Amino acid sequence: MKSALKSLPSKWLAVYAVAYMVFLYAPVILLPMFAFNDATVISFPLTGFTAKWFGVLWQTEALHGAVRNSLVVGLSSAVLSTVLGACAARAAARYRFPLKRGIMSFILLPLVLPEIIVAVALLVLLMQLGMPLSLVTVVLGHVLICTPFAIAILSSAFQGLDQSLEEASFDLGETRWGTFRRVILPLVMPGVVSSLLITFTISLDEFIIAFFLTGTEVTLPVYIWSQLRFPGKLPSVMALGTILLVLSVLLLILAEWFRRRSARKQGIEASATGGFA
Amino acid sequence: MTSPLPKPIIDLKGITKSFGTFQALKGIDATINEGEFFSLLGPSGCGKTTLLRMIAGFEMPSSGTIMIGGKNMAGVPANRRPTNMVFQSYAIFPHLTVAENVGYGLKTRKLPKAEIAREVEQALNMVDLGGLGARAAHELSGGQRQRVALARALVMKPKVVLLDEPLSALDKKLRDQMQVELRQLQQKLGITFILVTHDQEEALTMSDRIAVMFEGRIAQLATPEQLYRRPVDRRVASFIGVMNFLDARATGPINGHLALDIPALGSIALPSAQIPEGLDPGRLNSIGIRPEMLTILFDGNEHAEQVARGEVTGTAYYGDMTYYSVRLPGHAEDVTISMRNTAGRSIVPAGSTVPVGWGADSIVLFQ
Repeated sequence: MKSALKSLPSKWLAVYAVAYMVFLYAPVILLPMFAFNDATVISFPLTGFTAKWFGVLWQTEALHGAVRNSLVVGLSSAVLSTVLGACAARAAARYRFPLKRGIMSFILLPLVLPEIIVAVALLVLLMQLGMPLSLVTVVLGHVLICTPFAIAILSSAFQGLDQSLEEASFDLGETRWGTFRRVILPLVMPGVVSSLLITFTISLDEFIIAFFLTGTEVTLPVYIWSQLRFPGKLPSVMALGTILLVLSVLLLILAEWFRRRSARKQGIEASATGGFA
Repeated sequence: MTSPLPKPIIDLKGITKSFGTFQALKGIDATINEGEFFSLLGPSGCGKTTLLRMIAGFEMPSSGTIMIGGKNMAGVPANRRPTNMVFQSYAIFPHLTVAENVGYGLKTRKLPKAEIAREVEQALNMVDLGGLGARAAHELSGGQRQRVALARALVMKPKVVLLDEPLSALDKKLRDQMQVELRQLQQKLGITFILVTHDQEEALTMSDRIAVMFEGRIAQLATPEQLYRRPVDRRVASFIGVMNFLDARATGPINGHLALDIPALGSIALPSAQIPEGLDPGRLNSIGIRPEMLTILFDGNEHAEQVARGEVTGTAYYGDMTYYSVRLPGHAEDVTISMRNTAGRSIVPAGSTVPVGWGADSIVLFQ
């Protein structure tokens, strides 16, 4: 990689790359800038440094509820979709069954379906079933869209598993459960952690499905959207955005660090184990 | 060699196995003795690996019984059988150290830690890996991985060690060395080894007995020497070493002998002791003779029971040996003759006509 960068043919490519990065990330930089700006109006020039908007967040009870809801939904969706994804990935990697390809692509379909369609369809379905809208319905919706991601991540982990390792464990007197615990789980762990982190992140910032399927308890993105109607709240929303930004960067760094560490432990090239980060 | 009275440890009776419409095994009967080095030899797809996996408990036979140590193994899963396997890929657990790999099975037996550590160290010493216990699995070379896999099986003190083409991933030199070491280790420990291989040389050098398999059946079960000297049919004969096949027919019994007419070599009377059981002289159509059983007579002093004449069509020099292609009269295919390059013996150039010596006792009959 390094040598490839050194031999870039022209400096224009470098200029293009920098411009591209600015285009991608400049809007994101605005977030912390205005979060620490002491004016209520979001506009340049900046007037002065303050941390008071973070203080405002601290005092907003409704926000705390939304954060708690989002964490509950995010954790539940992450765990559920990762477990479901692990089952599907394992089945796809290990067993042959009729219509396997068809079934697998069918499960992955929500990846490409427009979320608004999924959200409306789920809403209609839940209404027909007479199920009251609540955090549970949001979790169900999020599991639906997170599971394909979990399968995509976990498939590579399970596919890379040599079947003779399981047989060797079984041959050495271990039970099926013991084999899962001592051999399979440690070897797919990087994939599981990756899947948990990614599905959690997807659920945390998902808006459309949460907006359609939520009852009286709102998740964080829905709460933020509702606050945008009040111009006076904008700076504190910026502060909230800043916190989320820092958190998600930390989460991604953590995921990547964990993946590399376990790959190194097994002597595999980090890039060979896949992963999104 | 094995004890004078061989004691059976594995008894296979009427084993068949079908995968869908494909019949992988079509009726296997064999007895494997305690302390024996037994090989399943055959081309890929002959069912040898399936049979080994059945003994290990990874596959169940469609019919027939497998007895290990006098117990019927029907319904007994791999983790409760007194067998341990060395896998073709070695199946070393990549997330564990060498010692953790070797001690993996002992841990399932809930032994105290100190005892596991002692047994592991012993097993590692046995395979010349003493002191490497703390090494991570991915830091090992191919040969070392093979040794770890072996130690991991041996440490369980199984009745039978199953080896699935354990040397096929190693380079030639290491393979030759491991053949010797495996054989010595097996003889020292006195444990039954069952080896699956497609390499006839490997089977010949290591085994007490070999079962040669073709298309789901055992074609011949015999000692290496019997297999080489008295193969039961042309297929076995050509799979084990090099064999020259020549047309032949029986011209009749003459006072306890079988008179043979071999157009390419001549006529000969074969002692009836050399006629294999179940061979119908009337259906006899060819004979086999090994390259080293034919000799090119370099000068008049060499003795040969029978002499034919042939023309050298090509030579291949191997250092210690020279392989000659020789055309015999009335035989379309050239025969191969191997000659040891002893002192003072020069190589006969192609085109020369040479006397070829042969004898009755080196002839194998086929029908």
